[in-house]
Amino acid sequence: MKKMSKITKNNLITYAIVVFAYAVCEILMRAGQMSSLMKGLLVPLCVYVILAVSLNLTVGILGELSLGHAGFMCVGAFTSAVFSKCMASVITVPTLRFFLAVLIGVVCAGVCGILIGIPVLRLRGDYLAIVTLAFGEIIKNVVNVIYLGKDSNGFHFSMKDSMSLGMEPDGMIIIKGAQGITGTPTDSNFTLGAVLVLLTLIVVLNLVHSRTGRAIMAIRDNRIAAESIGIDITKYKIMAFSISAALAGAAGVLYAHNLSTLTALPKNFGYNMSITILVFVVLGGIGSIRGSMIAAVVLTLLPELLRALNEYRMLIYAVVLIVTMIFTWSPKAIELRERYSPEKLFRKKEKEVQ
Amino acid sequence: MAILEVKNLGISFGGLRAVDNFNLAIEQGQLYGLIGPNGAGKTTVFNMLTGVYKPTDGKIFLDGTEITGKSTIEINKAGIARTFQNIRLFGELTVLDNVKAGLHNQKEYEYSALTGILRMPRYYKAEKAMDDRAMELLKVFDLDKEFDYKASNLPYGKQRKLEIARALATNPKLLLLDEPAAGMNPNETQELMDTIRFVRDEFKMTILLIEHDMRLVGGICEKLTVLNFGQVLACGETSAVLNDPNVITAYLGE
Repeated sequence: MKKMSKITKNNLITYAIVVFAYAVCEILMRAGQMSSLMKGLLVPLCVYVILAVSLNLTVGILGELSLGHAGFMCVGAFTSAVFSKCMASVITVPTLRFFLAVLIGVVCAGVCGILIGIPVLRLRGDYLAIVTLAFGEIIKNVVNVIYLGKDSNGFHFSMKDSMSLGMEPDGMIIIKGAQGITGTPTDSNFTLGAVLVLLTLIVVLNLVHSRTGRAIMAIRDNRIAAESIGIDITKYKIMAFSISAALAGAAGVLYAHNLSTLTALPKNFGYNMSITILVFVVLGGIGSIRGSMIAAVVLTLLPELLRALNEYRMLIYAVVLIVTMIFTWSPKAIELRERYSPEKLFRKKEKEVQ
Repeated sequence: MAILEVKNLGISFGGLRAVDNFNLAIEQGQLYGLIGPNGAGKTTVFNMLTGVYKPTDGKIFLDGTEITGKSTIEINKAGIARTFQNIRLFGELTVLDNVKAGLHNQKEYEYSALTGILRMPRYYKAEKAMDDRAMELLKVFDLDKEFDYKASNLPYGKQRKLEIARALATNPKLLLLDEPAAGMNPNETQELMDTIRFVRDEFKMTILLIEHDMRLVGGICEKLTVLNFGQVLACGETSAVLNDPNVITAYLGE
């Protein structure tokens, strides 16, 4: 059918953008044309793209607000970092270790999503926003007081300090409270990041354009009608939310394995981070997967590229935010965009030929 | 045997007795009308039949099995589908997807979320079958040309039809229509009457409808029940009920 091919085409364009961007960066890097600042930004860019796409599943497709997406990222980051640090000497192939770590991070973050979703998603209204906001803050603070060590007797756990772990001399401290995890093997690189971005996109886009996605969007558009045609509201809400949380966990894994020291600071896993991700989603267009991907890249690169302008940097950033908002949401701009869309112009020509 | 049988149904909201001692029996293939003044409790009856409200007393049987107090989802699976007085479509989805959402629970089109994500062969097969079935339904309502429109962009009359198509997609035994002709002009109402009759004949559907348009009610309903202040005022063959002096004073006017 014609319509099906249109959706497939759109998805393929999204994948192609990622592959193309990856190829360009890779070539620039090989040719030595990329500054070390930009090289350092590549993996964080992938992290932000995954976060933006996964949050869009909650905000745009499910129609619920989550203000604690960084919390799920934190869960994914810490569980996978613990895994990698323990397995550093057992599994010696970095890529294999990384993918196992991704699996662990995804599962742990997904389980957290289910645990939060079961009580909260039964309610109507903005409860999810409140609970996820609390979850993000709690996780960040809990991680800061955890001490975990491993010696010949197995694991030791404490919430006081590293002395109270009571370890044998051969022991290794894995999580050291507010100092976090040091010495995580830096297994991730830009290629793995791009692969994860692609996988995230495939999961989200395939989910949205399936029976499940239709049910989720039906609930978003009209809950009562969805119930009247026999769609299980709670089940699909929890499913969408936990998949979104799991993908945020994957972003956390990528983040954790890019740095050798992992600490839970307000900067990386706090409220501000959750809001930054939400800004990507809103500016990229709620419900538009490709849009949130592009917004994440542009809004991360912009402040860095404008570094030369010093104090005018934030001014330009703000102007860009406002312009994008108008371009994506103002009815006049939408009308203008539709009138001059390449597809429409093409169709017009076809008609003239006839 | 009656496909829908309602016995002594009643519901109270605090001190207000909204519906009291309501009885109804609809035969397979019948076109049944539920009429009455505003606030008589017609939509409340619909909401009890579809599980939105739990009745305080009485029993509801669908095709011989009791469905009283079950959830909306279970009742839809058991075979009752409805439309709403104020249209409730999935506005951001396409016309086709609205109907496909209605096909959600049918075994032959079912597949898991994982099958969808991994795009297994089952996904393509089920989606193709769904597309065909949905287009078939859209054709009945003359909506097949607008299949890729956003549902909220359809004109009012077509939105009403799409809602009926979506309800039919759930493959019900009984279809409940809540004021299908509300806000339609005489031409559209005439067209709607033909469609409802066609649906009954084509799908062998049993239909219960609420309506204020007496031309439509008199034109297509075979039997009527009149509600007034939550109680049954009259019930029987359409022509007899419409000439009942009680009904004329309470509802139709001299």
